[in-house]
Amino acid sequence: MRGIPAAPRENGYLTRTPMIDRIGKEFEFQQTALSLRQQRQEVLASNIANADTPNYKARDIDFAASLREAMGEALRLPDTQLTLTSARHIPARAHTAGPAEELYRVPTQPSIDGNTVDMNVERVQFADNTMRYQADLALVDRRIKSLLAAMQQ
Amino acid sequence: MSSTSIFQIAGSALTAQSQRMNVSASNIANASSAAGPDGRPYRARQVVFQMAPQPGSEAVGGVRVAGVIESAAPPRMQYDPGNPLADAQGYVALPNVDVVAETVNMISASRSYQANVEVINTAKTLMAKTLTLGQ
Repeated sequence: MRGIPAAPRENGYLTRTPMIDRIGKEFEFQQTALSLRQQRQEVLASNIANADTPNYKARDIDFAASLREAMGEALRLPDTQLTLTSARHIPARAHTAGPAEELYRVPTQPSIDGNTVDMNVERVQFADNTMRYQADLALVDRRIKSLLAAMQQ
Repeated sequence: MSSTSIFQIAGSALTAQSQRMNVSASNIANASSAAGPDGRPYRARQVVFQMAPQPGSEAVGGVRVAGVIESAAPPRMQYDPGNPLADAQGYVALPNVDVVAETVNMISASRSYQANVEVINTAKTLMAKTLTLGQ
């Protein structure tokens, strides 16, 4: 859990509610993780689709490193912000993970046509990624439910 | 990138693999067609796959059939002097189709097709679960 930043103050008074923004922050980490899992799922699907394409090199992303980079400030897209055209608008921003760096897989059994897709590896990784995506989804789901419970108290 | 691109990627593979199966079926069906439409023996054909990158990404993409090439292998000569197509020595030129290789090709295409169907099913399940988030 990351600490919740102190509420912004203007002349000693709290400025307009950053409440929604704070709820958004609650989901920031899980949201980034899900989006990276989704990206990885696409890369793995592309590997499986190109299992018979000559000279295709299997790719993958390093999930842990990508998540670390996306949560740090260094390599990520600027936050998506709402345009505030009225003083009564509530500010909100969405955290966006930058595109993860696709690396090349080291082939264990390279084939003669230059293709480095190993179907066993890809299928296992695809199943593993699916499981972890569902685990992330379950976590987000629990968090939504606990927030809802807190609001309904 | 959007979440529907998995469907595009795996869908393109389904199209490509089914075209490969079609060509293979044509080769097996014509394994003994001594005369094609042009009067010459049928020549075995093979599809050539190529990666089709998704817009906005070099590394991720589906697959497409870049072309269908004809095999350059010499025709199979069979001694059959009674055949009207036989040459002066009594040999008939038969298609250069390797039936065993085509059968293997067919099995490989069908396995790849199944793998991609699996990918689509998994992506569909995940998307349905994502849509019901928080309910």
